[in-house]
Amino acid sequence: MATKVIMPKLSPTMEEGQISRWLKKEGDKVSMGEPLAEIDTDKATMEMQALGNGVLRKILISEGQSAPLGQTIAVIGEPDEDIAALLSEAPPAQPQATEQKEPDVPPPAPAVAQPQPASKAAAAAAGPRPVDNGRQPQAAASDSGRMIVSPLAARMAAEAGIDLRSLQGSGPGGRIIKRDIEAAISQPAPAAPSYPRVVETTRFQQAGAAGYRDEPASQIRQTIAKRLVTSLGPVPHFFLTTDIEMDRAAEMRKGINALDPDLKISINDIIIKVTAAALVQHPQVNASYQEKVVRYYDQADIGVAVAIEDGLITPVVRAANQKSLSQIAAEVRELAERARSKRLKPEEYMGATFSISNLGMFGIDEFTAVINPPEGAILAVGAMTAKPVVRENEIVIRQMMRVTMSCDHRVIDGATGAKFLQTFKKILENPLYLVV
Amino acid sequence: MATITIREALNQALREELARDDKVFLMGEEVAQYDGAYKVSKGLFHEFGGKRVIDTPITELGFAGLGVGAAMAGLRPVIEFMTFNFSILATDQIINSAAKMLYMSGGQINIPIVFRGPGGSAFQVSSQHSQALESWYAYFPGLKVVMPSTPADAKGLLKSAIRDDDPVIFIEQERMYGNKGEVPDDPDFTIPLGVADVKREGKDVTIVARSLTVPLALKAAEQLEQQGVSCEVVDPRTIRPLDIDTIIASVKKTNRVVIAEESHPICGVGAEISAQIMERAFDYLDAPVKRVSGADVPMPYAKNLENLAIPDVNRIVAAVREVAYID
Repeated sequence: MATKVIMPKLSPTMEEGQISRWLKKEGDKVSMGEPLAEIDTDKATMEMQALGNGVLRKILISEGQSAPLGQTIAVIGEPDEDIAALLSEAPPAQPQATEQKEPDVPPPAPAVAQPQPASKAAAAAAGPRPVDNGRQPQAAASDSGRMIVSPLAARMAAEAGIDLRSLQGSGPGGRIIKRDIEAAISQPAPAAPSYPRVVETTRFQQAGAAGYRDEPASQIRQTIAKRLVTSLGPVPHFFLTTDIEMDRAAEMRKGINALDPDLKISINDIIIKVTAAALVQHPQVNASYQEKVVRYYDQADIGVAVAIEDGLITPVVRAANQKSLSQIAAEVRELAERARSKRLKPEEYMGATFSISNLGMFGIDEFTAVINPPEGAILAVGAMTAKPVVRENEIVIRQMMRVTMSCDHRVIDGATGAKFLQTFKKILENPLYLVV
Repeated sequence: MATITIREALNQALREELARDDKVFLMGEEVAQYDGAYKVSKGLFHEFGGKRVIDTPITELGFAGLGVGAAMAGLRPVIEFMTFNFSILATDQIINSAAKMLYMSGGQINIPIVFRGPGGSAFQVSSQHSQALESWYAYFPGLKVVMPSTPADAKGLLKSAIRDDDPVIFIEQERMYGNKGEVPDDPDFTIPLGVADVKREGKDVTIVARSLTVPLALKAAEQLEQQGVSCEVVDPRTIRPLDIDTIIASVKKTNRVVIAEESHPICGVGAEISAQIMERAFDYLDAPVKRVSGADVPMPYAKNLENLAIPDVNRIVAAVREVAYID
C-alpha cells in the first residue's frame, strides 16, 4: 500500500520546512525509522524518518524547496505499484519565487564552517564562472513546482557551473532553455558565493545615497524577528541593574580549574549555577505569565544565549539547580557546539524558565536584553573589568561586572525582581554560598 | 547536366536499366501500350517490346506474386502499382513473400524486385486514393523503402533500386511528377540507398522532410531566412534503412527539429525519426521534436478540406518558430 510522506511538525513552532538534503533517492528501499531527509525548520536542521517500509517511489519536493506542514513531500510504496492516485492528490509545491523564504543558493548540507569573507569573495569574483548570476534567485516553476529545463540547457549549465535554481526560464511553462544559459554565461559576474554576508556587490545605487543590497531573510532571522516582536511589544518590560564584585568568583574559578585541567569552568558557568540557586530561593521569578494563570516551574531550566552564524539560539541547561559546575560547563560547551552546527533538537532549545545572555566577551559594559517569551525574565551580563570602588571608605580595585535583569511586569514586580537580584548578587560575590 | 522533370528522370532510369540488363522487365497496369498511366513508362514498350514491358489485368495480388516468382527464378522485375493505394491488395505477396524469402530460405533466395508507383495525396482523389503508406512498408524487416523528391534523386535512386538484390518499395509522388531539376548526364549515375541528403544548410533549426514536404520545407526555409531563422533541410531519401546519422549530426548542430510529412502522424515515419532523435540526441535538444503531419482523417474529397489535411508552408514555418521559441 503506497503511503504519502508528509512534511512533519518537527518543532512546536514550525509552520513549514525546507528540504535541506534528501538522504534517499527515488528507487531506494526505505525501512521504518530510517532517516529520509534533513529538513530545515525555523530553528535547526532536523532529520525526518520514514514511517513505513517500502521503496521511495517519488520525491515531490526537492532540495531547497519548502512545503507547509502536512503537505505531501514524497511517496513510499512497492516498486511496481501504481501511485498515480496518490500523486494526483498531492497539492502543488510552493514555488521558490518568494524571496523571503529561500536562502541564497542553499548548500546541500547544513553549513558548518564559518564564512571566510575576504578570500571567498575574491575567489568567486575572479573565477570565470559565477555560482549565481547576481539576480534574485527565482527558480523556474511549472504548474507542479518542478523546475523544467531542456536537456541541452541542463548540459550547458552543468558544463558552465551555473546553478539552474538561480535562473528564470524564458521557455513555455518557465522552461529553462539554451538562450537562458547563454545569457547567464555572458552576464558580467558579480560573484555571489554561498554566504550572502560576504557579497561585496552594490547593485542598487541612487545618486548620493548609500548603495545597498537585499538578501532573503533566512529562516532563523525570520524566527528571531517573529518571536521577539511578540516579546518587547506585548510584554511589559522593566529593567533592574546592579554591579557585582566578581573577585571571589574569579578566584574560585581559577582554583577549580587548577584542580583539573579538563574542567575548564568559565565565569558564565558560575553565573548559570548562581542564577539557578537564586531562582530556587525566589520561585516567583522562575515563573511565566500564561494569560489566566501564572506558571511556577519546579526546576530552573536556564537558557543560555549562543551566537551562531546568522542569528542566535538559546540551548537549555535543564535543572541547573541540581547540576554541578563541571556538569554545567560540559553541557554548555556541547550544546553551544551543536547550536553552531544547527544540530539542536527542539527539546534542547525550547522550554527554558529563565535565560542568560552574556556579551561580556565583546567588551559590552551593560545592555538590556529582550525577554524570551513566555519566560518571566532574562539576565544580561556585561564584561568583567577592574574598576575603582569604595569599600569601607577606601578606594580599592575590584573586578566589577554589571548585570541588567529584564522582568515581565505581568508576573514579576519591582520588589520581587530586586530581591532576586540581591540574592543573585550575594551568592555570586560569595560563591561559598553555593556549597552551604 | 540537363534540367528535366521527375517523370522524365524516372523514364530515363527505366530505359537505361532495361538496356543495361536484359533480366530487367517492367510490369503493371497500362505500362506498355498506354505508355503508363502517368506517362512514366512512355516509349519503353515501343523500344523494348512486349517481353520487357508487360500490361497486366487489374489484379495487383496476381501480378505482384508473378513478379516475386520471376525474381525467385532469376529475373529482375519492376512492378508498377498505378498508385500505392492498390498495393494494399498485393501486400501478402509483398510482405509475406518478397520481404521474407531471403530470411526464410537461409539466405539462399534473393528477391531483386522493385515495387514502384506514386503514393500519398494527389488532386481530389479522396480517401481511398490518397494514402501515404511508407510507414507500413518500412515496418517490415526485409523491405527497403525509398522516396525521392527531386529528378536527380529519382533517377539515381531508381537505378540503384533496380540493381539492388533485395525488394525495394519505391514511392513516387503524383503531384511532383512535373517538378523540374538538374540531373547528371552520366548514364551510370546512381545514388546509393540508405544515404540522406542535406538539401539546404542552416544552423538554427533542422527540418526533416521527404517527398512532397521537401519543396515545402525549402520554401519555408526561405521565408524563415527573412525572419532571421536559418533552417537546415534534411531529406532522408531512403526511409528504410534510415540514415539517422545525418539527421543526428544536423540536430546536434541546430538543437531543434521539425519533421514535416504528409502522412498521418500516428505510428508514422515522423514518429520513428522523433524516437530515434530522442534516443541519440537527447542532450542536444533545446526543444521537443515537433512533427508537422497530415491530418489524422481519411483524405477529404472537398478541395478546401484536402488543402487543410496536408501540411503547407505556413504550418512548417509556424512549427519552426515554435521550436525556436519565437513569439
